[in-house]
Amino acid sequence: MRLEFREISKQFGQHQALRDVSVTVADFQSLAIIGPSGGGKTTLLRIVAGLETPEAGYLSIDGQRVDFSEESLLLHRRRIGTVFQAYNLFPHLTARENVLLPLVVVHGLSRIEANEIVDTLFERFQLSRHAERRPAELSGGQQQRVAIVRAIAIKPRFLIFDEPTSALDPEMTAEVLDFIAELRGEGRDLIIVTHNMGFAREVSDHCLFIAGGQVLEEGRSSSLFSRPRNPLLANFLAKVLRY
Amino acid sequence: MQAHRQPVARAAWIVSWCLVALLAAAVFSFAFGQLHYGWNWQAIWHYREKFLHGWLVTVALSAAALLASLAIGLLSALARRSAFLPLRYAAVLYVETVRGTPLLVQILILFYVVANAFGVENRYVVGVLALSLFAGAYLSEMIRSGIESVRDSQLESARAIGLTRVQTYRHVVFPQVVRQLVPPLTGQFASIIKDSSLLSIIAVSEFTLNAQEVNAFTYSTLESYLPLAAGYLLLTLPISLLSRVLERRFHFAT
Repeated sequence: MRLEFREISKQFGQHQALRDVSVTVADFQSLAIIGPSGGGKTTLLRIVAGLETPEAGYLSIDGQRVDFSEESLLLHRRRIGTVFQAYNLFPHLTARENVLLPLVVVHGLSRIEANEIVDTLFERFQLSRHAERRPAELSGGQQQRVAIVRAIAIKPRFLIFDEPTSALDPEMTAEVLDFIAELRGEGRDLIIVTHNMGFAREVSDHCLFIAGGQVLEEGRSSSLFSRPRNPLLANFLAKVLRY
Repeated sequence: MQAHRQPVARAAWIVSWCLVALLAAAVFSFAFGQLHYGWNWQAIWHYREKFLHGWLVTVALSAAALLASLAIGLLSALARRSAFLPLRYAAVLYVETVRGTPLLVQILILFYVVANAFGVENRYVVGVLALSLFAGAYLSEMIRSGIESVRDSQLESARAIGLTRVQTYRHVVFPQVVRQLVPPLTGQFASIIKDSSLLSIIAVSEFTLNAQEVNAFTYSTLESYLPLAAGYLLLTLPISLLSRVLERRFHFAT
């Protein structure tokens, strides 16, 4: 897929999260957005997800310009699978009902059709025995996997992951990252913000480095990680990869 | 809290309850024994249908007030979250005034001043209105805290999967609020039943007024008021038990 940001700016109160971001990422299947905390990577991701509206600039996805009116963003969000850091699932619904909800309510499938989709996906991703459990009865890793299944069940244009493992312990992190890698292996388009550099490097073909509200480097992951040009990126990688 | 408590062994449960019942019986039989009171249950039995009638009126008034208070509480809770400030402040004024004044005063003002001014003469209508405005203020706060207990992260998830605002309330917020609301709501219903006794001051012919009248006819005060207490317990005890059952059933961790 192809992403084009033009002079995108976003401010939260006094904090300028993004300033005049202009960058084109062409022809990628899996994009990792990395950078220090508070640097603007999550904001950029949320703009792509249709959850945040920039004050200025425009964004086009696969050559289509995103209309930032609320009605149009609603339709935009419905075609994207988004997974957050934690608490994606609704606590009063079982795993199955959580996946059914968007299929039935948003996408108008019958309960029978929707249940077939859920059964197939749960079986494929070894979640069948957790189908009738509520989120509180699932581990953090299982919750995230159900959330990912909910995101792919709607057959989204692409998937968005906002630090999907930063609330998990290492074992569960591996379980979720394996799942995401598997989805990438299936050829799904995805964009991921992550603190896990090893994973970013492995799963992505393109990478954006964002700090201080600006994109400081963009390129193929194969070269960006091994031969960073921007000194801030080199510094950042040296720091996070030290341990 | 209920969920974390150790289950009580059956024998301990029986023995403890017997002990409590024995103690209560001892205290009250001593108190009544000191009374040297000439019991006259015969006179009361004569008026049994009057008691029954009053009791049924109380049940009907309370049921009507519960439904109306639920509607008022819901509207007021939504108004309190409204972006339109006059609406929000009107809800604050309503809730704080009602919770800050005695129900007795509210009934008197509503009946003798407000209803009078608007030409409403049916004291049963005014009675139900007074009760439901009173209970509605408390329900409003329960509903509001229920809505606010739904975390922002859930609203964000609802937005991300493409639910509209109405769909979010319908499928995410309200089901959780209802689950949380059921136990306190049953408690509120028990309160409404007891509070309805105050409607006797505007001559609504409910349970308490009928007991007062029987007392006036027979001069048998205790014989009139003890059945009154029993009649209220007959309603409130099952509700209290039901509330505990529902609390357990609707319990889920977030």
